[in-house]
Amino acid sequence: MKKILVVCGNGLGSSFIMELNVKKALEQMGKEAEVSHTDIATARTEPADIYLGAKDIITTLDDGTRTIVALENVMDIEQIKAQLSDKL
Amino acid sequence: MLDLIMRDILGTPAILVGLFALIGLMLQKKDVASVVSGTLKTIMGFVIIGAGAGVIIAALDIFGRMFDEAFSIRGVIPNNEAIVAVAQDAFGVETAMIMVFGMIMNIVLARFTPFKYIFLTGHHTLFMASLLAAILSVSGLDGVVLVAVGSVLLGLCMVLFPALLQPFVRQITGSDDFAVGHFGSLGYFVSGTIGKYAGNKEHSTEQIKVPKQLGFLRDTSVAVSLTMTLLFVVVALFAGPAFIESELSGGSNYIVFSVIQAITFAAGVYIVLAGVRMLIAEIVPAFKGIADKMVPNAKPALDCPTVFPFAPNAVIIGFLASFTAGLIAMFFLPLFGLAVIVPGLVPHFFTGATAGVFGNATGGRRGALLGAFANGLLISFLPALLLPLLGNLGFESTTFGDSDFALVGILISWIVSLFT
Repeated sequence: MKKILVVCGNGLGSSFIMELNVKKALEQMGKEAEVSHTDIATARTEPADIYLGAKDIITTLDDGTRTIVALENVMDIEQIKAQLSDKL
Repeated sequence: MLDLIMRDILGTPAILVGLFALIGLMLQKKDVASVVSGTLKTIMGFVIIGAGAGVIIAALDIFGRMFDEAFSIRGVIPNNEAIVAVAQDAFGVETAMIMVFGMIMNIVLARFTPFKYIFLTGHHTLFMASLLAAILSVSGLDGVVLVAVGSVLLGLCMVLFPALLQPFVRQITGSDDFAVGHFGSLGYFVSGTIGKYAGNKEHSTEQIKVPKQLGFLRDTSVAVSLTMTLLFVVVALFAGPAFIESELSGGSNYIVFSVIQAITFAAGVYIVLAGVRMLIAEIVPAFKGIADKMVPNAKPALDCPTVFPFAPNAVIIGFLASFTAGLIAMFFLPLFGLAVIVPGLVPHFFTGATAGVFGNATGGRRGALLGAFANGLLISFLPALLLPLLGNLGFESTTFGDSDFALVGILISWIVSLFT
């Protein structure tokens, strides 16, 4: 089971909504993964297979070792599916 | 038995929110394991908020005494997490009740009025519920009346603020898919309006090069630690080692002591954020699930960073403009006999950035700059005006940070004063 960690600055609002959307996307793809959301500081120390977040913030986690998914529009389920399809 | 139910079970806010989560999970027909873990986590989230409050208050108390010694005026640090954590002690039950019934009101209003918005920023729902509980208590309401009035007002806030912003959100996102549900709306509305008249949207912020190095301030715990350390050390220098080492630190070095207190405050905020995250984790999906069934064509109203990817440069420009306004306002507030509102990086980052995106959508670079600057003035003056209206809560050296909380609090107090 892969683990997807959804990230935003506070780990409260937008990451939560993205988590709900990622779950919806997984359901539509017929795939399973463990999905949770948190803030950047915690994300740095929490291991996950995929780190997902809005484009303007997730890049700060990109140190070459992590698998990153950057979203333009956090509400775009199709974009989430397209980005996740080859990573799961 | 009745006493046990009414006073001990329903009168203990942590148990009350646990019950709400339990009902929500049952309604979604979750399996036993999810129901048990979800209910326990919700209760734990509430307890964690209380624990964070203890940490925050200790550091704030020291800050307040140092500030008073240094400048002989009151210094206040607006921080939603801090004030809500502090308020839970006195208004926990009312806050929990208003939050849940306010969400139900939101669904009712979305179903039967043209304002078809479902407000999904759970932590802001909690903060507004907390503000309403405090303001209405100070206004003399209590019990069922307080909860009823508070819930209706919260439900109205949850549809009217997103509706106010929607024309601008359509411009920003180029679609009508979602709304912005974040209680800094007044600042965003003012920013978008200023942009419309003062700028030109053809000159977008996105055509200029903006250094990306400021991105680390998006990290709340870093931003809070950094601001608080600067603040504490500056205030400590003015207060002087003699006072701090004899009165506060028990003899340890005044600068070292101040740095640790600053980081302690940031740690308290981090704890409260973790608690809030756990508290709303079960409630928001349940709310969304029910809303999706009841209001099929509703728009979700989402947290402000959802608009950040549409104009990343406006985010940085907006933050800087708003923070500059906060710094300037700090020196003017005492002239009006108001408490000094110390600009916090977090409220200025999130609301300043959003105001920048709104101003850019209507008025380009100039719109982003002027609009976010106006937002910075709003979140300096409004919290200062709100402070005397919060009763005993107002003595805590912290207050609500975003514009709508202060706007709603000031309006309610004014309306109540007409009738009393």
